[in-house]
Amino acid sequence: MANDILVFGELTEEGRLAPITFELLGAARRLAPALGGRVLCAILGAGLDGHSQEAIAQGADVVLLADDPALQEYQGDAYVPVLERLVREKGPAVVLLGQTIIGRDLAPRLAARLGTAVAMDSVEVEVQDGRVLVTRPCYGGNARARYSFNTSPVIATLRAKSQEPLERDDSRQGEVERVAVNVDAAGVRTRVLGRVKQKAEGVRLEDARVVVSGGRGLGGPEGFQQLEELAELLGGAVGASRAACDLGWYPVSAQVGLTGKVVTPDLYIAVGISGASQHMAGISQVKNIVAINKDPEANIFKASRWAVVADWKEVLPVLIKKVRELKEAEARR
Amino acid sequence: MALHIICCVKQVPDPETPASQFRVDEAAKKVIPAPGIAPVPSQFDTIGVEAALRIRDALGDVKISVVSMGPDSFRDAIKHCLAMGADDGYLINDPALHEADHWVTAQVLAAAIQKLAPFDLVITGRQAVDWDMGVVGPTLAELLGIPCVTIAKDVKVQDGKVVVERVLLDGFETVEAPLPAVVTVSNELGEPRYPQLRQIMMAARKQVTVWTAADLGLNPAQLQNRVNVEALYIPETKVETEFIEGDTVEEKVDRLLQRLREAKLI
Repeated sequence: MANDILVFGELTEEGRLAPITFELLGAARRLAPALGGRVLCAILGAGLDGHSQEAIAQGADVVLLADDPALQEYQGDAYVPVLERLVREKGPAVVLLGQTIIGRDLAPRLAARLGTAVAMDSVEVEVQDGRVLVTRPCYGGNARARYSFNTSPVIATLRAKSQEPLERDDSRQGEVERVAVNVDAAGVRTRVLGRVKQKAEGVRLEDARVVVSGGRGLGGPEGFQQLEELAELLGGAVGASRAACDLGWYPVSAQVGLTGKVVTPDLYIAVGISGASQHMAGISQVKNIVAINKDPEANIFKASRWAVVADWKEVLPVLIKKVRELKEAEARR
Repeated sequence: MALHIICCVKQVPDPETPASQFRVDEAAKKVIPAPGIAPVPSQFDTIGVEAALRIRDALGDVKISVVSMGPDSFRDAIKHCLAMGADDGYLINDPALHEADHWVTAQVLAAAIQKLAPFDLVITGRQAVDWDMGVVGPTLAELLGIPCVTIAKDVKVQDGKVVVERVLLDGFETVEAPLPAVVTVSNELGEPRYPQLRQIMMAARKQVTVWTAADLGLNPAQLQNRVNVEALYIPETKVETEFIEGDTVEEKVDRLLQRLREAKLI
């Protein structure tokens, strides 16, 4: 219906509903009263039993299941037409997707096919005077832009952790609709030749609750070993500034910032990072930043909740030792 | 026949501009250029040119065209790409297009790309580093009706196909698509090469072809933006920084850990 909200329900690699899906459902639920519509959740994949009840418990009124072996893994050419048809049939006012590897590919193409527009990497969707407004960071997080739309539906991708999921409520009721899927094999022009997992163990930077990052101030690649030790103790991941990656001290896949990754951990520990705009763009959503830097004027301190003005070489060994003691004490309890 | 690669580039305010010098004109909904800091080619776009140059390094017979849409100052971004090694530069400069959103931009670039046909590969950055939208590349693929592979860390052309390593959360997938195709590139591809002085001198002498919307058979009055920027502002940062005090490093670390435990962060 013309005032519904359709959420693209994304799955994890293991085939479960991804946390971003719950966040999108939470956002849609909060938006629904202003639009006077329902929350639809479209799930595309293969072997989708069990996902519907979970989506309903997290806020969906209607779950649309497109279950087909051709949708087992994400391929734009297969997913775009299926979602396009669903949106045309259901006619929602708003379509929400996650700003993920899939959403970044799917949302712009879906918008182009539907003859509408998309706002990517948004942090807020609201209705004001009957108009849908979407707010998103731009200029590397230095600015925010609020958009209105001349076309319908409004499509937006939302940044991970920008929205609160609802408390899971298994007593919620909803409908489940299985939709027919006809993936035109000839329309799938791309072919996946293989997938390579580069980091089999440890926490992904994008998922990590704690990120420990290093910058030029580390003075060389050796310092990253200590960051890895601390990250492991805290169950977190290691990031790096562009300067450190450019110098070859740490892999570019761990680069946090404007020309790297946007991360949203609960705790971000910046070690020897000055806080250039480039880097701050990657952590603009992080509330709890600890900065360790010997320069009291370092820009990073302005965005930090806790500032430690000291040489990291003196701080880190002590910090690692004391965190280890804490963790060992916890383990004994 | 030579392979023809078209790279789309944009000129942006230098993203390394210190936050303290970053200003916006809230009424005009525009960024005020920081004095003394020259605009630069958008980083991901020069990585796209780098990807094209690597294909030429491997195959030899490759023509690289650079297309940009914007005011005359965008010439500098094109010249930079020519100095990197691209062959030809095209600038679509039409005052009627200066307020274009990503949809209109994609329409205009698609028309320019079609004017430059035949082409085999279109490469864009994964996003421009000013508005950070990341929509123009995939939209181009839809408008041109050709396959699209986003967020590439490696791009090769083999046997009439493009073979792309596409970045995933914990690794990458290798995707093959028939040509012509659109590929958007990410920073994982590596640093773009920096032009040598001799190349900069040579590029300075190269002509950049300038087109208007009409030259592309487009009527700007019919190109309607699909989004409007209602507001542009600098978000308030409400962080109150606590400088952790202590006479010794031990004391500072103890106090920090106490704070982190109080906030249930560790």
